[in-house]
Amino acid sequence: MVGGQSASLSDTSVALSVRGLTVTLPDGMERSHAIEDVSFDLHRGQILCVIGESGSGKSVTASTVMGLLPRAIQATAGSITLEGREIIGMGREELRDLRGRVVSMIFQDPLSALNPLMTVGAQIDEAMAAHDEGTPQSRRQRAIELLTEVGLPDPALMYHQYPFRLSGGQRQRVMIAMALALEPTILIADEPTTALDVTTQAQILELIRDIQRRKGMSVMFITHDFGVVAEIADSVVVMEKGHVVERGSAAQVLNAPEHPYTKRLIAAVPHLRQDDRERAAHTDASGAPAKPLLKVRNLVKTYRSGSAFFRTQRIVPAVQDVSFDVLPGRTLGVVGESGSGKSSLGRLLIRLMEADSGQILFRDQDIAGLTEPAFRSLRPKIQMIFQDPFASLNPRNTIGRSLTVGPIAHGVPAAKAREDAKALLDLVGLDARAYGRYPHEFSGGQRQRVGIARALMFKPELLVADEAVSALDVSIQAQILELLDRIQRETGVAMIFITHDLRVASQICDEIAVMQKGRIVEFGRPSRIFFSPEADYTRELVSAIPGEQLDDKTAAAATGGRQSTQQTLQQGTQT
Amino acid sequence: MAAFLFSRFLQSAVLLVIVSIIGFLVLYLMPGGPLSQYALDPGMTQEDIARITEQLGLNRPVHVQYLDWIWGLVQGDWGTSFRDGSPVTQVIARHVPATLLLMGSSTVIAVAIGTWIGIRGATHRYSGFDYIATVGAMIALSIPTFWFGLIGIYVFALRLDWLPAGNMYTIGDGSVLNYLHHLILPSIVLALVHIAIWSRFMRTATLDAISQDFVKTARAKGVSERRVVMKHVVGNALLPMITLAGVQVPSLLTGALVTETVFTWPGMGRLFLDSLGYSDYPVVMGLLMFSALLTIVANLIADITVALVDPRIRLA
Repeated sequence: MVGGQSASLSDTSVALSVRGLTVTLPDGMERSHAIEDVSFDLHRGQILCVIGESGSGKSVTASTVMGLLPRAIQATAGSITLEGREIIGMGREELRDLRGRVVSMIFQDPLSALNPLMTVGAQIDEAMAAHDEGTPQSRRQRAIELLTEVGLPDPALMYHQYPFRLSGGQRQRVMIAMALALEPTILIADEPTTALDVTTQAQILELIRDIQRRKGMSVMFITHDFGVVAEIADSVVVMEKGHVVERGSAAQVLNAPEHPYTKRLIAAVPHLRQDDRERAAHTDASGAPAKPLLKVRNLVKTYRSGSAFFRTQRIVPAVQDVSFDVLPGRTLGVVGESGSGKSSLGRLLIRLMEADSGQILFRDQDIAGLTEPAFRSLRPKIQMIFQDPFASLNPRNTIGRSLTVGPIAHGVPAAKAREDAKALLDLVGLDARAYGRYPHEFSGGQRQRVGIARALMFKPELLVADEAVSALDVSIQAQILELLDRIQRETGVAMIFITHDLRVASQICDEIAVMQKGRIVEFGRPSRIFFSPEADYTRELVSAIPGEQLDDKTAAAATGGRQSTQQTLQQGTQT
Repeated sequence: MAAFLFSRFLQSAVLLVIVSIIGFLVLYLMPGGPLSQYALDPGMTQEDIARITEQLGLNRPVHVQYLDWIWGLVQGDWGTSFRDGSPVTQVIARHVPATLLLMGSSTVIAVAIGTWIGIRGATHRYSGFDYIATVGAMIALSIPTFWFGLIGIYVFALRLDWLPAGNMYTIGDGSVLNYLHHLILPSIVLALVHIAIWSRFMRTATLDAISQDFVKTARAKGVSERRVVMKHVVGNALLPMITLAGVQVPSLLTGALVTETVFTWPGMGRLFLDSLGYSDYPVVMGLLMFSALLTIVANLIADITVALVDPRIRLA
């Protein structure tokens, strides 16, 4: 374990003190404790980042501090002192009184964290009414003040809006407004920017930073992203499997990590690569330069909903006039924010959806115009790797069946398919015994390996990977990217890698297409796109990447480095 | 909203036409025909029957009869009862209040108790209450309504003599209390199955809502547990239940058919069975169309209510 704590319980500079906290899990779980002997201090007016991967116990720690643990699991040892009051063993009603008034919380997914049936104003009002604060009139006024404070446009109108009308970033601002309603001294933020686009993330981080400074709040910020830590943390606690493995100031942990796990985590954070991937120039048999495997020309897709007859039609141009080439054995990255049309493009390419117009030339054959039966023989050549490794495997099928059902349907003999499947499981780094097991027996990273093996079963010439590593922890992410790279070198498969994460894209792509509102706004080699972007939108995206100062500026992070961070963030806010 | 109502109106009209065609054909294809009862009457000669057939227009081709009937229907003429010669609309109107009373009271009982059981089962999941409610619902669903009715009559009317065994009121006593006294047993019997269905759906809907992030948000704000459940959980859980309520109306009607027979309740269900027995086809067709209309209207009301309650639908 890590060295002792100096701050004592009576120290008024500590807003929240956790000592030897242990939360026991019910029998039959993977491990006996969700967290064990966790200790840390949140100093007044500071941002403490609790970082760890899934299963590290960081969210359980937050829930325990909020007194929001599910009934089945309980804190069995240790103490939590919140503004000088011990909350372990405190009555439910007393705890409820503290929530929202002394300590507030914001959550990861702003899309589901607001009640869809209540207006924004009513939900902020409720936070105050729950503590019998003010009159309906004064609460209303306060709510509008808060909406103004978190930078929402037209607060008086916003007060009457329902959440579904707001974007993810706006909803997160509403969450923050709600958390601030009673001026609590402590804010717990559980991955508040993880579900947001990179430019929105930069804005929300800036907002939290700004409010924390202005109000002198103490913030416990839970994250899995060292980039975010570099942006906002004053001090850091690193958690692994329910234990605190390292703690210290941000500069200390980021620059001179001591624990091997911290080192691994920091090393796994993807960075923008300075150089481009080296690929031997591809040539065909006659020695001429390879011809593009896939040529996309003027592809257009527009979503229409509602009815033209009743004039309620909504038209959303998803993909507008998109053209590009993909060479065999190369990877094209498609990056952009949510709503940019990148996933629609992926769906068009594997014909999960029909294009309105334009050509998709696969080996010079236009597949966009083919009928479904005519395209069927080509389907094995173009395969997809999906985002969510939990949802993309049928839980009732063994891994073996998931792998072989496709090829067998395409006429491969069962014995041959089984042999291929076992060879591929080996290739993606899984034991061949995985063949007879079920998806629930595997971790997220292992399932994604299965997903890759499944796509490779057809010996495809083109892989379309839609956010294939986005749902994974950073250390797993790095492994999967490595695996994809190795597979590409060994099989020469071309890849279209769709992602919102520019850092990931720069790791694996030979070329990058930046999409915005259905159009490709910039196209080029990663080094050029990321280090001398031409389009304004690309510049915004690049500047919003959290923690890019991690490499060269962390030494200054504790002091002057923050200024540069600040500038970067402000650029993001102007969007 | 106007566009939505208009398209729903068109859909309903098409649906009603389809229902009417199927109903008409089934009756036409039934062996014997409407006049078969006269065949057993020694006082009726073959000529008499032929004359009546001619009079009622039953010798015309089926499509002519259908068009004639539906044209009348559109104009508000639902035909006349073979049995007593009074207009079908009047016959139905006489029996509708009894059925609506029974259905209405059962619905109130089923929704109130079912909702309560569902919420409590979800908030106290895997508790003793939850297990008992689950087993109870299974029993209520698997035992036929008429059996419950007969057991109810045996226990509460014959053995304990607390409640009347049937009928809507005691002849000569038109007081509200007397009506209520007669209403208790049939409406509870009819409600039982619906309590079971409703509580199961409500439990699932509540569990869905309870695991939503906004419930955690509400708790994090310091909102009291009671308000978290009543406002945030139940508010969202009731949305899918509104649709279910619309879908439940036809099954209430069929339930009423059985219950009314067991309790000699003078409603549409008994009228339907009696009219079938007398081959009173105009009344049978009228009841068929009336229940179809009731079902469509109930679903429409459910859809409009959902749209009014859910801002995502109302404003989108």
